[in-house]
Amino acid sequence: MDFIAILSIFVLACFVGYFVVWAVTPALHTPLMAVTNAISSVIIVGALIAAAAAGIGAGSGVAKALGLLAVVLASINIFGGFAVTARMLAMYKKKERPVAPAASK
Amino acid sequence: MHELTVSPWASLAYLVAGVCFILALRGLSSPASSQRGNRFGIIGMTIAVVTTLVTHVPFVQHLLVSDTGSTIAVRAIDWTTVVEILAAIGVGAAIGLVTARRIAMTAMPQLVAAFHSLVGLAAVLVGIAAYLNPQAFGISDLVIPLIGQPFAVIHPVSRIELGLGVAIGAITFSGSVIAFLKLNGNMGGKPIMLPGRHVINLALLAGILGLIAYFVTDQAPWIFWTIVILSFVIGFLLIVPIGGADMPVVVSMLNSYSGWAAAAMGFTLHNSAMIITGALVGSSGAILSYIMCRAMNRSFISVIAGGFGTSDAGAGSGGSAVDRPWKRGSAEDAAFLMSQAEQVIIVPGYGMAVAQAQHVLREMGDKLKAEGVRVKYAIHPVAGRMPGHMNVLLAEANVPYDDVFELEDINSEFAQTDVAFVIGANDVTNPAAKTDKTSPIYGMPVLDVEKAKTVLFIKRSMGGVGYAGVDNELFYRDNTMMLLADAKKMVEDIVKALD
Repeated sequence: MDFIAILSIFVLACFVGYFVVWAVTPALHTPLMAVTNAISSVIIVGALIAAAAAGIGAGSGVAKALGLLAVVLASINIFGGFAVTARMLAMYKKKERPVAPAASK
Repeated sequence: MHELTVSPWASLAYLVAGVCFILALRGLSSPASSQRGNRFGIIGMTIAVVTTLVTHVPFVQHLLVSDTGSTIAVRAIDWTTVVEILAAIGVGAAIGLVTARRIAMTAMPQLVAAFHSLVGLAAVLVGIAAYLNPQAFGISDLVIPLIGQPFAVIHPVSRIELGLGVAIGAITFSGSVIAFLKLNGNMGGKPIMLPGRHVINLALLAGILGLIAYFVTDQAPWIFWTIVILSFVIGFLLIVPIGGADMPVVVSMLNSYSGWAAAAMGFTLHNSAMIITGALVGSSGAILSYIMCRAMNRSFISVIAGGFGTSDAGAGSGGSAVDRPWKRGSAEDAAFLMSQAEQVIIVPGYGMAVAQAQHVLREMGDKLKAEGVRVKYAIHPVAGRMPGHMNVLLAEANVPYDDVFELEDINSEFAQTDVAFVIGANDVTNPAAKTDKTSPIYGMPVLDVEKAKTVLFIKRSMGGVGYAGVDNELFYRDNTMMLLADAKKMVEDIVKALD
């Protein structure tokens, strides 16, 4: 891919992000931050490349160690981010049907 | 030489991952579809990780001596590295899952700040790895000089991307660490003001940008490392002077930065999943920052400049009002007033989170509902320490989300409401924001609680002021009754009195 093709994806994705995020209900802004946190850890792709590149090129040994450390950090974020988002979202409940008020006495 | 061009199938897979991430955010448009959205996010991440693992299998070369005596290189999968990578993922997964399960909902702002710092640090590490081993990332040409070792020359465009990536990552990291320390209470919420900090910050920023530009012409290590170090320093300096009440903006802003860091790395790696995600997260954080700034009627620049809540000018207008008369009520008074009401609107704020009063508050709401009172919750966008903080806490306490309303949806209802019950909120209810032009919070959209027939205001004591450092005129109004106690204790007493 050349630079312009990548830039096109980036610019269009910014617009998609703009419209999608404005559509997010304010009640879910905290889960939004948690899930964006998890997905921005897609940076793990770069970490995996560095970690897997042992033997390719000079300086690969240090790069591999840094890559592995970055894999750990990004994994914390991915698993932690999605899990905590799921935990939060499971708490959002609609009003219970009229059966509930009688039962809550 | 290794073939470093990405296969079309891999590019396609990364694109699918990017689309999954868009759908993940799209799902958050309503609580009903949100859990499905989160699953899309998990699917997208799985696709991205698996694709990378499959296309970047680590290899080792063994030199074998054949029967004829010549040596041949045999490529074999480097299982040690495979195991190391899987172990790294496993360690991260264990830490992440345990943290996610154990964390208290009131500690969510700290957790998000901590997670941001990890993204930032990961981006820096990946950037350093790419600088040290550009061949593995396919961002360099190998130059074989007549004399000496062959060396990798990083493409000029990649140098800019790499420089920006590590700079934004480093700012995200050190900024988030400071935000975490402030939110977690390890560091005072009060802004710390350095003399001449604007000049220092601007000089640092110019220095970083200048070095990135210079990096294009010379890939010397000192330039790269200076960019990294200066960026760590500026991230620290940017967040240190920002006070506790501005944390919703800071957390959103760092969220945005973590996205831009991922996008910059995506440019370096020519990876569409990273670029799409980075753009999504970057714009998400930017929009949240904008919403928070608008909800405080402050410009982004003034938040970044920092120091809100310490100026002496603000306290002047309310300073003389300390001796004004006010009414004090008891838990029994509050219980009686609310049980007689037709509609009660509860206004929670950061104080509710600190007191962990959300569960007992919901209990109070249930008791009132059982007596036939309509109970609603009104949330100001900047209530709490991060966007949507109050909504999560109420959801945790099993308050149905259709009882919870945003400022613009409920503000007109206060005039027809019998009791407004303010718990742990202060500045967001201050009528001075509408009337007093000298007030530092003038122009900030506030909840019109004073229009309710009676305002019940829970506060620890009459001494303190809100984070903006202004006195609240609401305390001295005829229709206001102050309930002076710890928020949780007071609500517990009201619940008892309602029995």
